Amino acid sequence: MDVLHWDGTISVKYFRIGAFAFAQNWENHNSGFPPWSWVCPKHHWLASPEEKGYLSWEKICISRPNEEDVDQISQIDTREEEISCPGNEDVIDDAILVQSSNRELHYYDFHIVYSSTFRVPVLYFRAYCSDGRPFSLDEIEKELPACSAKELSKSKWTFITQEEHPYLKRPWFKLHPCGTAEWMKLLFLSDAAKPKFEVVLELYLLSWFSVVGQVFGLRIPFKISN
Amino acid sequence: MEAQKYVWEGAIPLQIHLHESQVTALPPPPPALILAPRIGYMPLLASLIKPYFSSTLPPGVDTIWFDYNGIPLKWYVPTGVLFDLLCPEPERPWNITVHFRGYPGNVLIPCEGEDSVKWSFINSLKEAAYIMNGNCKNVMNMSQSDQSELWNSVMNGNLEAYQRVSSKLKLATFDDEYRTLCSQKSQQSFGETDLTAQVNTGRVPIRLYVLSIREDFDDLDEMPRIDCWEKISYINRPVEIHQEDTCFTLHDALKTLLPELFSDESLTNVKLGGVDFQDAVRNPNEDVSSDKVVEDHGKNAHKHPEAGHISSGGEIKLIRIQGIEPKLEIPFSWVANNLINPDYFLHICVYVKVAQ
Repeated sequence: MDVLHWDGTISVKYFRIGAFAFAQNWENHNSGFPPWSWVCPKHHWLASPEEKGYLSWEKICISRPNEEDVDQISQIDTREEEISCPGNEDVIDDAILVQSSNRELHYYDFHIVYSSTFRVPVLYFRAYCSDGRPFSLDEIEKELPACSAKELSKSKWTFITQEEHPYLKRPWFKLHPCGTAEWMKLLFLSDAAKPKFEVVLELYLLSWFSVVGQVFGLRIPFKISN
Repeated sequence: MEAQKYVWEGAIPLQIHLHESQVTALPPPPPALILAPRIGYMPLLASLIKPYFSSTLPPGVDTIWFDYNGIPLKWYVPTGVLFDLLCPEPERPWNITVHFRGYPGNVLIPCEGEDSVKWSFINSLKEAAYIMNGNCKNVMNMSQSDQSELWNSVMNGNLEAYQRVSSKLKLATFDDEYRTLCSQKSQQSFGETDLTAQVNTGRVPIRLYVLSIREDFDDLDEMPRIDCWEKISYINRPVEIHQEDTCFTLHDALKTLLPELFSDESLTNVKLGGVDFQDAVRNPNEDVSSDKVVEDHGKNAHKHPEAGHISSGGEIKLIRIQGIEPKLEIPFSWVANNLINPDYFLHICVYVKVAQ
């Protein structure tokens, strides 16, 4: 299978393999951020073995300084030591982990779940403050960077939807996955190096997250190994 | 298309009681008797129900929600499916409770009336289109008027109007004959803008609801009451109809969805129409129109750690689609073409008895 004939999707088996590769890569290159963990819910015994499980990244505090907000913000920023992608100027994260004394902390939980329908990973998320009160979509939208907010205002129903988490059975938000396969394929086709398919699979989740993370202003610097 | 007509005409008689906390004057109002379309959704009944109770409600914003035996009803699940799933021994009329306050936002996704239900329906339709055709352009590119007409036809239960619009979508259908799955073609056609360049993927959109029960029971009315959604597993996974199977049955489809509940040996001994499974346990009290499936002997289950919980297997007690219990040897393509909901999904309810 070569990249040219690939449709941008992955099987559930590769999702699982890719998830572990992703978590590993993440730990190696983003030591400033907390690690991802693989969650395998016990009660979901009815699903076939490969399908059990999702990636979890919880209690992430995201905040971005803006003009109106003159907070005392201390930054936990280890980005300077990271080696960036050659030619990629945008290394500095817009989103940083903060400890703020006069601003209430907003926490995010992110789960990466496989979709059998679209055969791609799907980002489920929720936000809440330190007392556990969940945020509504409006409150979350206020926090997103300007370009994401624009996308949202264009098509509220197709970008972020609120759905039941497939494992936790509670209302979570998700980024709608119907375009994912297309832009994932473009992502890899645009790479001049024309990577081998095995490399594509290994880097699939990392590449995918580097795109969807931008909705939240997360720009992850990482090396694409040749 | 006769079967679809029956599906669209199916309805559940509801006896709707106002929740005691919402009753402001005694005596409490009598329950509302409403006939709810199977293919419809509960919040759409609001306009029918409110007149019964409006005089007793305190003023303010009403967000309607329902419960059955204390279980909040998921508004995005079609009414017929809720009934088939939560009411194993069919209760006629179905006694449910309506609330206009205290929406359980930690359990139920918010519902802002008809609009929310419409978008949930359209999103399901998009998902189904993606599964069947490899992309959802046909649904995304629907004109505003087509979209309205489609949704109105569902709300009004008008099958003719529905078919007029849905046929324009050119959604794939399934047949028994040999078909080539043009997987190579589908990848190349991804960039095309031509709407008709859609591929029949051979995948059937499925929403599977599995109720696991630990206690033993012979008759449905002996079944323990369902008291929470946690006992129900929801599997949203398409089933692929294989080209090499000249007759891919409902049984085959269920096997791909719930492999742990079917042992390999059972397949080789399946006789069409004979319902003769190796080691099958036949319950003499069962209605002949329903089928039971062989117990899993745990051979498939050993591969993963959770197998310990189901080492002696699980037994399928009941399968319900659109309120009927189809024979397992029915060709799955027929089921996929005729028993689907307007969102093109096949909703299947399965009751499984799980070992202790």
